[in-house]
Amino acid sequence: MKKSFRQEPFIPYFILLCCTSIVCIFLLIILFHIFSKAIPVLSWEFITSQPHEGMTKGGIFPAIIGTVMLTIITTLVATPLGVASAVYLNEYATENKLNAMIRVAIRNLAGIPSIIYGLFGLALFVQTLHLGTSLMAAGLTLGLLSLPYIVTTTEEALKTVPNSMREGALALGATKFETIRDIVLPASTSGIATGVVLSLSRAAGETAPILFTGAAFYVQGIPGNITQEFMALPYHLYMLSTQHQSIETVRPLAYGTAAVLIIVVFVLNLLAIVIRNKYRNNLK
Amino acid sequence: MKNTKYRNTQDSIFEYLFRFVGLISIALLLGIFLMLLYNSIAFFTDINPIDFISKSQWNPTNDKTKSVYGLLSLLFSTLLVTLGAMIIAVPLGIGTATFISEYASERLKKILKPAIEILAAIPSVAIGFMGIVIIGPGIANLFGLNNGLNALNGAILLAIMSLPTIITISEDALHAVPFTYKEASYGVGASKWTTTFRVTLPAAFPGIIAAVMLGMGRAIGETMTVLMATGNSIAFPNGFFDSIRTITATIAIEMGEVPYQTTHYYSLFAIALVLFIITLGVNIIAEILAKRFRKYQ
Repeated sequence: MKKSFRQEPFIPYFILLCCTSIVCIFLLIILFHIFSKAIPVLSWEFITSQPHEGMTKGGIFPAIIGTVMLTIITTLVATPLGVASAVYLNEYATENKLNAMIRVAIRNLAGIPSIIYGLFGLALFVQTLHLGTSLMAAGLTLGLLSLPYIVTTTEEALKTVPNSMREGALALGATKFETIRDIVLPASTSGIATGVVLSLSRAAGETAPILFTGAAFYVQGIPGNITQEFMALPYHLYMLSTQHQSIETVRPLAYGTAAVLIIVVFVLNLLAIVIRNKYRNNLK
Repeated sequence: MKNTKYRNTQDSIFEYLFRFVGLISIALLLGIFLMLLYNSIAFFTDINPIDFISKSQWNPTNDKTKSVYGLLSLLFSTLLVTLGAMIIAVPLGIGTATFISEYASERLKKILKPAIEILAAIPSVAIGFMGIVIIGPGIANLFGLNNGLNALNGAILLAIMSLPTIITISEDALHAVPFTYKEASYGVGASKWTTTFRVTLPAAFPGIIAAVMLGMGRAIGETMTVLMATGNSIAFPNGFFDSIRTITATIAIEMGEVPYQTTHYYSLFAIALVLFIITLGVNIIAEILAKRFRKYQ
């Protein structure tokens, strides 16, 4: 009797192990399949040349540049608004109904489907503000999409700044704004940067919000200004894999595009991890 | 040294500025809702709302008299593929979260947690591409179908998309269960498995349900994977082997071609409003559950 009493049944453990293994196998299949098929295509030429002959040959250079430019605009739109919003919530806001509503709004914004942001961008930026389908309209749309993430992560970063630092600055006669500008924000810069970079890695992979706000399958050359349509990696992958006349011919290019897109997203994630680790060391 | 008056003015200007920007989230949420509502009202002046929610056919054409705008088939498709995704993702996700939280060694955790983060980082368009090149042909071979672009394919992909959300948040909920609960259970002689199944999991239950709801919200609103992998047939689906067309896919397909400010154009905002209300409802339920869970701690 004593023996059976603490004995671990094996089957439940085995089931949980199976669940975990299946999830890991999903991940490995996705990565292995894409990269094994993409390796023959990936070359310096693939990432630095223009597509030609109806997309069946050449590279994806304009799509890479388009995604980079789009990400830069997204950052410029979302970071100031997101950081200022988080500063308000963490440094100024008292506990009242309005601020509780702001927090509810932020959590719900994060749950709104990305295609609805696309519709909002179409109605507001493309049509009402007459920006047309352009890099600017798509960047603004993705900026709004990234906003709730940046607010949440920035607030987390601001919370890690000890109150004694704020009190010290205020006691020396600094105004509240000076305390925020010279003490709180510098102390949380790397935390904020981690959140911004992570939200950008999400934005760079988004397709639905740019479908009707500015992405195009083919644009001659690279976009010279932000009022033009542009090519983007995720949109390019979507078009190559579903909309091209000769889908089988361009399949290798689709694998190449998928691999480059995943690499771009991973590099941004890696950058976020590097910043986060540096930040932990600084705190020590 | 700058004078005090200047510094005080600067301080109050920035205070107002921060307060103003702080309101942007409410403005954005309200703006999105009003934009959808405004365009939906334009749609409902042309089309009877009762027809919209009771007809099952979605067939917008240029000829106004022949167009049918019925929500049911799109809504059913969305719910079908989400249900399929949850059938796959909920047991897998909770199982994985339990394994990571209760059984995995510290070293294994250091591999598994980043792996889940990597899965979460893969863009939806790349997952949709997998549906075309791996899962589609796989389903077609396995069940002897012409092609594998159907609801089952979409459900598998959506399960993969929602797994990271379910795993991460469930794991947080399990991790937050006070250790004293487990000690009490061990103290009365329960095994590790009994403790996990009868004490830890029930204690974390509201948090796990919140995780499932958030994962579901993500699956309902996902566009690219279902657009690429479910075939997008507008016929009313009979089961998981039929091609389906979700609300999100319909917006993505038709918004690109539709003329501005026509009934068809407004109809896409009306179905987006339905989608908005569903996801908002799911998220609010998740939030209430999460709050109850926090109180419980």
